[in-house]
Amino acid sequence: MKPAISVILLTTLVGAGQGLFLAFYSAEWFVLLGILRPALNDYGGQAAALSFLFLALGLVASFFHLGHPERAWRAAAMWRSSWLSREVIALPAAMLLILGYALVKLSALDSIVLVLGESIPISISTVVGFGAVLAICALFVCTAMIYACLKFLRQWHSPLTVLNFLLMGCASGFTLASALASYSQDGRFAYFVGMAVFLTLAALVFRFATLLRNKGLRSPSSLQSAIGVHHPTIRQIAQGAMGGSFNTRAFIHGYGASVVRLARRGFLLLGFVIPLLLLQISDESSILICSLAFVLQYLGLLAERWYFFIEAEHPQNLYYQMIS
Amino acid sequence: MTQLALVIDLNTCVGCHACVTSCKEWNTSGQAGPMVDQNPYAAEPTGTFFNRVQSFEVGTFPNTQTVHFPKSCLHCEDPPCVPVCPTGASYKRPEDGIVLVDYDKCIGCEYCSWACPYGAREIDEQQKVMKKCTLCIDRLYDESLPEAERKPVCVLSCPTSARIYGDIHDPESDASKAISDAGGYQLMPEWGTAPANHYLPRRKVGIAVHAEDLQRVDNPLRKEDRGPRKPTTRTTLDDSTSW
Repeated sequence: MKPAISVILLTTLVGAGQGLFLAFYSAEWFVLLGILRPALNDYGGQAAALSFLFLALGLVASFFHLGHPERAWRAAAMWRSSWLSREVIALPAAMLLILGYALVKLSALDSIVLVLGESIPISISTVVGFGAVLAICALFVCTAMIYACLKFLRQWHSPLTVLNFLLMGCASGFTLASALASYSQDGRFAYFVGMAVFLTLAALVFRFATLLRNKGLRSPSSLQSAIGVHHPTIRQIAQGAMGGSFNTRAFIHGYGASVVRLARRGFLLLGFVIPLLLLQISDESSILICSLAFVLQYLGLLAERWYFFIEAEHPQNLYYQMIS
Repeated sequence: MTQLALVIDLNTCVGCHACVTSCKEWNTSGQAGPMVDQNPYAAEPTGTFFNRVQSFEVGTFPNTQTVHFPKSCLHCEDPPCVPVCPTGASYKRPEDGIVLVDYDKCIGCEYCSWACPYGAREIDEQQKVMKKCTLCIDRLYDESLPEAERKPVCVLSCPTSARIYGDIHDPESDASKAISDAGGYQLMPEWGTAPANHYLPRRKVGIAVHAEDLQRVDNPLRKEDRGPRKPTTRTTLDDSTSW
């Protein structure tokens, strides 16, 4: 598949934004449960606003993928059958709830509405945030299932795709949360950085497992089954178009093996290994190192998503032997 | 249930592209609106087509055959492109099984083209909507056309009758008979899409011609001196009965 830049931006931005919200909201629960100490200065509202910004940027990026962005509202219609349609519903829902959480947190509206089990006070923001978490989980699944549900794109058609989207989104979000914690000095740095290291490591393990799985994949289709002529030697002599067609432009990436290898090594280093090292050497006061870790990880995840497209082999390319 | 489809005979297709040009001509000037042509007279001409003919050389020289392979939407019975469409612009007509795109609803997200293993769908670079073969639905039900012309234009234009149109669910249709008589097959059956369009395989066409068929030889009976019996003078059965 040819990488679609707007989709790469959409999935990575939305992933990081969701991870960031989960980082701060989970910290809030750990405080409520008495596992973490309360934040010295609560940046939860600002973090949620930043998370909203990431999702909004992703939404804007997605519009550049459409031929008719003015009709985008129609895309919510087929939620019964289409994962893309479900994403179109889940994304604004998550944005709305995250924005609601941020507004409640940043305004003076937040107040305790009930007390769970005598000791856990639940405020309005906690309730709204819980809704946001549900929407975020739905969004992670919808975004990944758009790719994972296409059964003949064998490199994508796996539960690993969903797991990878979830882990990589959360990893980049927690890395960003570490940077914010070192900036705001809210006393939660250890939690965020610990989780960021754990999630980045887990994401690396499963992404590597996916690479291994995809290496051994063999398509059940061949040129023989594509045209129904069962002879071992078939050579294409005309592809039905002189100057290429949509089929050659949209599905055949045309990058050489060395570029693809470079991208694979690059995303493994930038997206996972280097951020892990940077997070390991960072401490509560190293804003620069944590910020660098996030920027590099985000660039690495962009490369990862680019490679994700390159990796997928569309069976229609069998009809275009002369270039693929 | 009706499932209209094409049956394409690879044994008789000569790769003349008459189906390609007539398809483009009919559909670019029809209800579907223009199908874009980019650089039509320059070095790299490209554009939107519903139908293309590809050519393959099978075998190793000198024992080769050229297979011309017309390729268009196969109107799958279980089309993977339809459920993924977020707007419902892609749909399969229940009454005749034709898979269509509503150009007014299509947002041009290209997701359906990812979901089609055959690469049958093409985005129109000018109108920015997904396009594909409509089986000339604007001909099939047009009562102003003579009945013999209510067929896809590619079928009418094919000089070798390599394209057969009909309802493949009706065992008496020409299409169904062609499939069962000549071993019609589906493309990439491994994906379970059940394409409605079928292809007829290359097959050996010919009769055995022996030397005796070309040059008359002596009657073998005469050679053995066992010629026809001489007329007899006795009364035969023909003389005594009147039938």
